[in-house]
Amino acid sequence: MTHTQKRIITNYIVMTLSTISALIGIGFLFWILGVLIFNGIDALSWTIFSQEGAPPGYDESGLKHALIGQLMIVGVATLFGVPFGILAGTYLSEYGQKSKLAETIRDISDIMMSAPSIVIGAFVYAIVVAPMGHFSGWAGSIALTIIMLPIILRTTDDMLQLVPSTLREAAFALGAPKYKVIIQVVYRGAKAGILTGVLLGVARVAGETAPLLFTSFNDNFLNTDMMEPMASLTVTMYNYATSPYEDWQRLGWAAAFILSMFILSLNIIGRIFLMRKRGK
Amino acid sequence: MSILIDKLFAHLTKFIAIAILLIVAWIFTVLFQNSMTSMEAFGFDFITETKWAPNLEKFGALPAIYGSVVSTFLAMVLAVPLAIGVAIFLSELAPAKLKSPVGVSIELLAAIPSVIYGMWGLFYFVPIVRDAFGGIGISMLTAGIVLSIMILPFMAAVTRDAMNTTPDILKESAYALGGTKWDVIKDIVIPYAKAGIIGSFILALGRAIGETMAVTFVMGNVHRISTDLTEAATSIPVTLANEFNEADTDLYYSSLFELSLILLVISFTIISIAKFYFLRKKRIA
Repeated sequence: MTHTQKRIITNYIVMTLSTISALIGIGFLFWILGVLIFNGIDALSWTIFSQEGAPPGYDESGLKHALIGQLMIVGVATLFGVPFGILAGTYLSEYGQKSKLAETIRDISDIMMSAPSIVIGAFVYAIVVAPMGHFSGWAGSIALTIIMLPIILRTTDDMLQLVPSTLREAAFALGAPKYKVIIQVVYRGAKAGILTGVLLGVARVAGETAPLLFTSFNDNFLNTDMMEPMASLTVTMYNYATSPYEDWQRLGWAAAFILSMFILSLNIIGRIFLMRKRGK
Repeated sequence: MSILIDKLFAHLTKFIAIAILLIVAWIFTVLFQNSMTSMEAFGFDFITETKWAPNLEKFGALPAIYGSVVSTFLAMVLAVPLAIGVAIFLSELAPAKLKSPVGVSIELLAAIPSVIYGMWGLFYFVPIVRDAFGGIGISMLTAGIVLSIMILPFMAAVTRDAMNTTPDILKESAYALGGTKWDVIKDIVIPYAKAGIIGSFILALGRAIGETMAVTFVMGNVHRISTDLTEAATSIPVTLANEFNEADTDLYYSSLFELSLILLVISFTIISIAKFYFLRKKRIA
């Protein structure tokens, strides 16, 4: 066998192996997606949106409590996380730039983005739940805000840096003070990018379960008081899926389906925004 | 007036940016303070002691640390070759028509919450492991496999991005010399993207070791060190998820906080190595 033949055969083998592993990987992932859609649609019904949790065996049980709880916990986290994240990102891109402080904040946020979220739950337990004496929706929102901040901060930072400096200089030349340049020129130029960052940040925290386990805890009934323990889709899903009751497990799949569709749509909308911007 | 607002705005953004550093420092301090009781009671024995018996007020973290290390190691062993395969497929092999839809669906799968991977593992994968390897199916092995599938999309997407940074002109030159696809991948793409690829693997490792929900469903939370992978086990995040709400004494709480602190330090270190050593080099290159 000549050297060339050997190389061609090796190439053939490696390419086949790589295609097979791609098929295995993709196969697994579509298996999960298929299971999710199949079980989710099977379990969906109107009572899911109109009824609260009920003891196992009840026909009239739903996820209304978890849906509303989830919206409130994530909504409040977004309300805090987004403005603070954008302002901090503004500092990095517009004021701090390449300074040591700004670089340190960037590095630490990068690490925090991948840090274990359950540890944030333990932290919030110690600073909020323990002093208050009980679990609360607020504690859950605070945990999610801490997780969301670095994500929004880093995307804002990246997106603002993409705004050409000539735009800023033009505005400065007209005599505009820096805050006006940032708000009216830089933010406007980076609008689509910032929005994408916000959508991805919300999508990321919406799927968090671990930091909610011992902060917002759970509640089988509808509760809209943020001072009290609150249900969330993710924790409800965990509790129902690990229960031995089949109807609760079905509700768990319905919750998984609703949550995944929500998160996937946020991701897809975010992508469309970015693509449109690139297309321009 | 506008000068005042200008200053206020600048200070406000700076204050919030610094607050992020303070929060991180605060997290470490709070975890450390809450671990004090356990540190005083057990000292260094905490990480070498194998017995975790809340009813006897005896807490040793070794089974949880062992479980974290073994399950993450298993996940990496399974996920790394698959991720490389998927990345090669996406960056060099797939026809243009497939590249973008397959690539995007893998990125979207990376966004699916880990609790769903855990649920899938519990209902669909545990029975398979039970039938194939015996035992109850809730085991270290199952945890490793589910974890590997969970980190696969992230790993594959980042590895592909690293491979895609290779300039086309380098690849084309190699093809012009008569290189096969594999020659080009092993002699041009992989050497060029090495730092990025290794960095992304270590980053995935850092994420996997702190992953809670994907493994909590399928690991069993049994504090025991066993070389039999088909037996139920525990890891640091699994212990935290299962026992935090059950802890009834100060020492129990404190031990759980010490576990959190250990986990945070381990993942902080791993992620820093990935970011500063491997991924920074790429930024300069």
